[in-house]
Amino acid sequence: MTINVKDLDRDFKYQVMREPGGEYLSRCFACGTCTASCPVREIDERFNPRKIIRMTLLGMKKEVLESEFVWLCTACYMCQERCPQDVMITELMNAIKNVAVKEGFVHPSYTAQVEALKNFSRLYEVGEFENKKRQKIGLPALDTETKKEFVQVIDDYVSGLLKGGEE
Amino acid sequence: MKYAFFLGCTVPVRAQNYELSARKVAEKLGIELVDVPDFRCCGYPVKSVNFKGHLVMSAINLALAEKQGLNITTLCNACSVTMIEANEELKAHPDFLEEVNGELSKFGLEYKGTVEVKHFARVLYEDYGLDKLKEHITRPLEGYRFAPHYGCHFIRPSKVYAEFDDPQYPVSLDRLVEITGAEAVDYPEKQLCCGGGILGIKEEVALALSNKKLGIVKEKNADGMISICPFCSVMYEGNQKKIEKTYEKEYGIPVLYYTQILGLSMGFSSEEMGLKLNRIKPRALMEAFSNG
Ligand code: SF4
Ligand code: SF4
Ligand code: SF4
Repeated sequence: MTINVKDLDRDFKYQVMREPGGEYLSRCFACGTCTASCPVREIDERFNPRKIIRMTLLGMKKEVLESEFVWLCTACYMCQERCPQDVMITELMNAIKNVAVKEGFVHPSYTAQVEALKNFSRLYEVGEFENKKRQKIGLPALDTETKKEFVQVIDDYVSGLLKGGEE
Repeated sequence: MKYAFFLGCTVPVRAQNYELSARKVAEKLGIELVDVPDFRCCGYPVKSVNFKGHLVMSAINLALAEKQGLNITTLCNACSVTMIEANEELKAHPDFLEEVNGELSKFGLEYKGTVEVKHFARVLYEDYGLDKLKEHITRPLEGYRFAPHYGCHFIRPSKVYAEFDDPQYPVSLDRLVEITGAEAVDYPEKQLCCGGGILGIKEEVALALSNKKLGIVKEKNADGMISICPFCSVMYEGNQKKIEKTYEKEYGIPVLYYTQILGLSMGFSSEEMGLKLNRIKPRALMEAFSNG
């Protein structure tokens, strides 16, 4: 990939470092231990945590945020456990996802999950049908109410972001 | 011994065999699991979208437990790690706690930071203890061999689990399996992730990850895999047929929840432990431990 200096966004790394979890980005000395530890990388060569970190440090904002790669991290924490520089990579990946969402790039599977959470306060609906099934095998029925607390959190923290970016 | 019982979203609809066996085992051991009707999602799915939003969701649940003066126990690795991490974040960052409490106050809730969150398997291992557990094993599962799958979020990140188990070479679940009288089968890449976290993002990569471990376990010829997380079971058990088809393999590996085999070794029947709800039928166990 050729890098065009004028396309680089010098503020991008600071934007990531301001997100919770992104604080330790600049500690990376590019050893590649994370990439060698990553199970997703073993399946798909194109997924490469060290490279995502380099690109972020260089300011390749568009390339990082538009790619689907940031969403491919399973959060298994293997890289984070082995990183000699304590970059806290898994948390950093999450911070990059949070920035991507603020910039309008959200993976559709998350939009769907947030929708479910807003409707049921759970990922899956528990209604009368599910409760009957539960009781039949001897499990107690669960409270089915949609909680206003959860609707409010999603309205305050998430809905605005999903509608098309903050700031 | 008494805990607020956090079921989360997945267990009550997709892992009823897990819930059933955990409740029965706990009762027999004298561990009281208190249902808290207002508990909802732990916040895990929101973390990738907005970190602070996920903190608030975790904190709602933490505050509800605090109100009752109870610590939380969960059956799901993802619920555990989410609430444990949120709890640590809130304790480490007074400004986060203040913001979160500003949100909670809209609903008459407040979180002071006094609750502890522990996976049920860890409660058995640590709080109840292996010695006491052993006294309840009336029917050791001699001759059975099970491959334990810890799942990432039971032992990682070490940042929050350092006092519990080794993040790369853990032993706790092996010991718990051995307590039942069965053999805990050792195998390479025991720490490998199931891929569950990206099933909805990129199915083929997620399934490839699960396929890898199923292949390793198959070679060890175990009687089954032992899981303590509903997501891991969805991957290894719920998707096993699909994986077999995709990769032209024949596995047929039963995946049991730890509480199911523990219950069998404590004298419960396979019916009581919900074995017939398992998608890949553990036939040998079902026949050996049937009550009818
Ligand atoms: S392991 Fe740590 S220091 Fe090494 S490349 Fe990865 S993030 Fe950088
Ligand atoms: S946490 Fe993400 S980046 Fe790190 S090793 Fe696991 S899948 Fe790879
Ligand atoms: S589903 Fe996968 S990523 Fe989640 S806790 Fe289980 S092993 Fe870890």
